[in-house]
Amino acid sequence: MDKNTLKPVLSIDNLKTHFFSRKGVARAVDGVSFDLTPGEVTGIVGESGCGKSVTALSVMGLVPNPPGRVVDGKILFHQKNLLDLNIKELRKIRGAGIAMIFQEPMTSLNPVYTIGNQISEMFRLHKGYNKKQALDAAVDMLDRVQIPSPHKRVHEFPHQLSGGMRQRAMIAMAMSCDPEILIADEPTTALDVTVQAQILDLMHRLKDEFSTAIQLITHDLGVIAEMADQVVVMYAGQVVEQAGTRELFQHTLHPYTRGLLASIPVLGHRTRGMDEDLTEIKGMIPSLYDLPAGCRFSNRCPQVMDKCKTHLPELTEMGGGHRVRCWLHTKGTTL
Amino acid sequence: MKTPLAAVTDLKVHFPIKKGILARTVGYVYAVDGISFDIMPGETVGIVGESGCGKTTAGMAMVQLTPITSGTVQWKGTDMAAMNRSGLRALRRQMQLIFQDPYSSLNPRMTVRQILSDPMDVHDMFTGRQRKERIDFLLDTVGLSPGQADLYPHEFSGGQRQRIGIARALALDPTLIIGDEPVSALDVSIQAQIINLLKRLKRDFNLSLIIISHDLAVVEYICDRIIVMYLGKIVEAADYASLYKDPKHPYTRTLMSAIPVPDPAHRTSRIILKGDVPTPINPPGGCRFHTRCPDRMDICDKQEPVMQRFGDRHTAACHLYTKKDAAPLSINPN
Repeated sequence: MDKNTLKPVLSIDNLKTHFFSRKGVARAVDGVSFDLTPGEVTGIVGESGCGKSVTALSVMGLVPNPPGRVVDGKILFHQKNLLDLNIKELRKIRGAGIAMIFQEPMTSLNPVYTIGNQISEMFRLHKGYNKKQALDAAVDMLDRVQIPSPHKRVHEFPHQLSGGMRQRAMIAMAMSCDPEILIADEPTTALDVTVQAQILDLMHRLKDEFSTAIQLITHDLGVIAEMADQVVVMYAGQVVEQAGTRELFQHTLHPYTRGLLASIPVLGHRTRGMDEDLTEIKGMIPSLYDLPAGCRFSNRCPQVMDKCKTHLPELTEMGGGHRVRCWLHTKGTTL
Repeated sequence: MKTPLAAVTDLKVHFPIKKGILARTVGYVYAVDGISFDIMPGETVGIVGESGCGKTTAGMAMVQLTPITSGTVQWKGTDMAAMNRSGLRALRRQMQLIFQDPYSSLNPRMTVRQILSDPMDVHDMFTGRQRKERIDFLLDTVGLSPGQADLYPHEFSGGQRQRIGIARALALDPTLIIGDEPVSALDVSIQAQIINLLKRLKRDFNLSLIIISHDLAVVEYICDRIIVMYLGKIVEAADYASLYKDPKHPYTRTLMSAIPVPDPAHRTSRIILKGDVPTPINPPGGCRFHTRCPDRMDICDKQEPVMQRFGDRHTAACHLYTKKDAAPLSINPN
């Protein structure tokens, strides 16, 4: 597929979602922009508190208000700004146009309804199927996500399924109305590695089958390398680096991304004598209530300069869609 | 040969399942079902496996925090089951625990000083003037400042809380520390800090460590020796290098291949297992992995494979190697 001809299905433009509390204003998402393209996986990586989940919740219109509020920016879905829609219009898009799956399938499935009941609700609500049609469609979806004996499973309750099976059921529910966008927030974090491999494999195939745009939120760069086409690295509410996956891993520019890559224990590295100790990023993630004045990574950055402590760098295009927010790389075009 | 610090022999921990008003036992959860291994002084052993494989139960049974069904745990040659309460208490001073969740394992109503003092009060150690010195020393050792001793846990970040947990484990000068998923709740950049801290402490204090984890990559960085468990059994045990260079058991291989590598040029075809881990209430007969094994043979569901030795310190239980390049081994894989 020629990527240049594909129009983005979702454009997030300068999104700002802030939380207002007694302690002050937490700028959880502070000027984030990126696009989602059909049939592509856009990976959003970052550590806790970087704003990756709040970005997703803003798209779905699920930011708890109060204390949270989208204060600025646009979220364009088919040229329509989702932030301007009322709750009724938004409900039509949720589930049918944009679907979301969460980290812990047990807490996102309703324990008192059967799996079939919950999946068929999607068909009845968005497609107007009757009970029988909807249940048949649910069985078909369970089959597509490779749940064995779907005719039997469809009548089971969430607690009767294993963790991996529940996540499959969640995916079946999310994909049931053939959404253009699937937002997956840490979909495999709660699962065992062998089950994680199954779920990632499944998501990959469904993406090709339905040509869905997937926004994959994770803290695991291994999962990103495996799944994503584009990567957005976030730190303290901002995008610090953004590039195609290969480009990002091979020509990493931002010191934070580099630190993150160096700090992951990679299987076989110690055995091959590549490094005895892990490289660590010193210090800790700043509080969103009390962000450093300049670059938000400046208090932990190994290459910090005087300028970094006072001036926030802009996200700069370095060519080929590789963007970075760092004073070490300012030769490109400022966005 | 040196005497092991702790020796686990044919350890079984079965939990009864009770049902009805009379609480009759209707079955058992075979959480740990006959495992044997040794820990040498100064050695770090990793126990890896997926949820429900019995790794945590094995760790808890070692410190007698869960009743043992059969088998023995020996501490420097003495059977722990034969010890009386005071003997066990003295022994527990030498074995300490670090938990996964730094939020729930620290009492929110106690200051760091109280948290660190508690074990010292119980064992009547570092009394009087020594106490303050000891606490300052502990905080300094784990990378916190002594000035933070009078703060409460909520005033710290997740990584710092885990450091407090580690300081508490170190408080009584233990010989063995058991860490149950000590880094899995932490962010990647913080995880690296804690892994490096554990490695440093092990060197500085000549500690023995048992790291219980689901993450083979984390375990490789910390451990000298790695034990792979599946459904209550040890399937493979080896020195880290030997295990990563030449994994014998199909389960170990699958586990390794399932870990996503952070390098997009490396997108290889992974071994994807069918299905989930079976329940330990009714584990499959024969080899317990046979229901999911990519290399399954006819014999696998009929007969349980025995531990076999490969080279010096590498053992695995799999029918692929029966009658081949390995000599069968009776009980102890070490």
